[in-house]
Amino acid sequence: MNERIAQAFALLPDYLAWHVLLSASALLLGVLISLPLAVAASRSPRLRWPVLAFAGLIQTIPSLALLALFYPVLLGLSAASLAVFGKGFSALGFLPSLLALTLYSMLPILRTATAGILGVDPAVREAADGVGMTARQRLFQVELPLAMPVIMAGVRTAAVWTIGAATLSTPVGQTSLGNYIFAGLQTENWIFVLFGCAASAGLAMIVDQLLGLIETGAARRRRGLIIAGAVLLVIGALAAMSPLAAIGKPASYVVGAKNFSEQYILAELMAERLEATGARVSRKEDLGSAVAYRALAAGELDVYVDYTGTLWTNVLKRDDNPGRAEVLAQLTEELKQRDGVVVLGSLGFENAYAFAMRADRADALGITSLADLARQAPRLTLGSDIEFLSRPEWKAVDAAYDFHFKAERSFQPTFMYRALSGGEADVISAFSSDGRIAADKLVVLGDPKGALPPYDAVILVSPKRAGDARLLDALKPLVGSISVEAMRAANYSVDRDRGKLSPAQAARALEPSK
Amino acid sequence: MPAIELSKIEKRFGAHAALAGVDLAIQPGEFVALVGPSGSGKTTLLKTINGLSEPDSGSVRIGGEDAGAQPVHQLRRRIGYVFQEIGLFPHLTVGENIAVTPRLLGWERPRIAGRVNDLLELVDLPHEVAGRMPAALSGGQRQRVGVARALAAEPKIMLMDEPFGALDPLTRDALGGDYRALHDKLNLTTVMVTHDMAEAVLLADRIVVLTGGRIVADGAPAELLASTTDPEVRALLEAPRRQAERLRERLGAAT
Repeated sequence: MNERIAQAFALLPDYLAWHVLLSASALLLGVLISLPLAVAASRSPRLRWPVLAFAGLIQTIPSLALLALFYPVLLGLSAASLAVFGKGFSALGFLPSLLALTLYSMLPILRTATAGILGVDPAVREAADGVGMTARQRLFQVELPLAMPVIMAGVRTAAVWTIGAATLSTPVGQTSLGNYIFAGLQTENWIFVLFGCAASAGLAMIVDQLLGLIETGAARRRRGLIIAGAVLLVIGALAAMSPLAAIGKPASYVVGAKNFSEQYILAELMAERLEATGARVSRKEDLGSAVAYRALAAGELDVYVDYTGTLWTNVLKRDDNPGRAEVLAQLTEELKQRDGVVVLGSLGFENAYAFAMRADRADALGITSLADLARQAPRLTLGSDIEFLSRPEWKAVDAAYDFHFKAERSFQPTFMYRALSGGEADVISAFSSDGRIAADKLVVLGDPKGALPPYDAVILVSPKRAGDARLLDALKPLVGSISVEAMRAANYSVDRDRGKLSPAQAARALEPSK
Repeated sequence: MPAIELSKIEKRFGAHAALAGVDLAIQPGEFVALVGPSGSGKTTLLKTINGLSEPDSGSVRIGGEDAGAQPVHQLRRRIGYVFQEIGLFPHLTVGENIAVTPRLLGWERPRIAGRVNDLLELVDLPHEVAGRMPAALSGGQRQRVGVARALAAEPKIMLMDEPFGALDPLTRDALGGDYRALHDKLNLTTVMVTHDMAEAVLLADRIVVLTGGRIVADGAPAELLASTTDPEVRALLEAPRRQAERLRERLGAAT
């Protein structure tokens, strides 16, 4: 079997278990909230409109945004709970995913259940009153059984949506089948992307069919079908979730990573060093830039790698550039003081935002620096990663050089390089440690005005691990041990099309002892 | 003591007065037909007896007891109710439909099974329909099941809202006659709403005529015809006889 397929299968038990646990909990919670709400809505026309409108509104929020929005909300709640009860909770991972998916699952159930109950023949309802049923008996013995086929159709829709949307919980730090898709997208491992899609679609189809069995049973009043469907669902869910029971104790260290290859590799490098001390380690990957830092400051991550320029502009909100050493020194001082976050030290290389062009095109246009680029900008298209254009670095550069591009387009980093080679972009906001700069024969444009701050890769340690000797001793040897050439080579070994390595394999090449 | 006693019943739906001060006492064993034009309030009056319609003012006494003294669902379990749409529960078998009220009352299983058998016999249905779903029955059979369900918990009072209105004439005639026999056999008190004067005259001991939410005539069919002075009531009561005479003329001329 292909090695990458084998790799994907090896990860399946863990990813599937979390995916099933997450979507089953969300669906169950969704049903438990929606059914009583639908009953109330069917009783009261005044309640019906706002309830259905609210559920419809939630549905219009893109699901990824809904998941992301729960993070700051929960972070605030956790801080409040810490202040009031002396105990906080994790705002990352399972909880925000569960809440967002629960909300997401509610609309189809609410709609069909309300319609189902309202659709019961008025004569039958009058008969139920006439024979002396209480309102409760009428609901459970007559209205719900008669509405059940319609309600089950709604539950099926909700199940398919929830299982699909659960892949989006990966960027908020919850392991799911989405890990294949997000990691595959970043490292151009299309087998992973396909594998993730197929696994999630397959799961959705199986669940849909089993719920369909229950629906048919309810419609044809065949109790056997209902029981068979329910039993198979429960057995399947338990079997899929069984790997979680083996995990048992929660990981003692949490290593974070943002959403690109270098971050995966460095997270693996740190995780393996921690595991070598006998510690349990879990990884939270594909985090957004701001999410990662806040999660670390809140103690939900123990360690991750960030870049001085990013912290300088985004966390400290500085727009000056006092030079590489000074930025690192001030950052170390201020993050410690402000958030208690420890800057363990620089890994030894920079991963700066660097405007890059194809060498032949830069030659032809006579562009070697950002100043040249600004003059030619009205004829050129800028390609950037998704967050760059909203980051302060871009505002600083734009203010310094006054760019007026013909067009500005955002891409996933992978597609950004593709766009450059395909001619959809003339210049991109590349990363200076990216192996593709050399491999694709790109030139990095000079920054004569020093508008872009330095971007030394630094290890950040959470406040609660500031005095953890085991962690600090395991990671300190990494400080100053990685050259930009080594990092480029490692990144390229993961990003290239042929003979790809996994981030873990690439990490081994960066071990200081080798 | 009257089986049913309504006094000063008033009920408004918005600006429309459905019942404008109705007093009515019905003795045990009576078979009363409530008649009147559409919108006269006869169905509302019937539903007031078992609490399906709550009056704005006035009092309802069942067997001498104030109807409001107990939860309304308990009152309904002691009163049989049959209506034109029948309202059999489509997800339950015929047997389960008949057994609904005894089950709500917590009867023991064997007693319920015996009762279902007896009732099927009583309404003249074969035993094997007990296992069928209502959708598999004819209209007449369904209404027989409706009557059986209403009688299941051995009520002394039966309320019927145009029970046979949707049936074909033959079935209707047969069911009406069968029900009247049941009424006598079980010593029931029956109140039946109908817009069919002939049915009222043929089945009932007493006819109560409602117009605009008031009782305008009340008495045994023959006595009513003799005593009433109201031309509208008179026309209503004479309608079946006129019909019968015309029928005889036409059919007689044909033979």
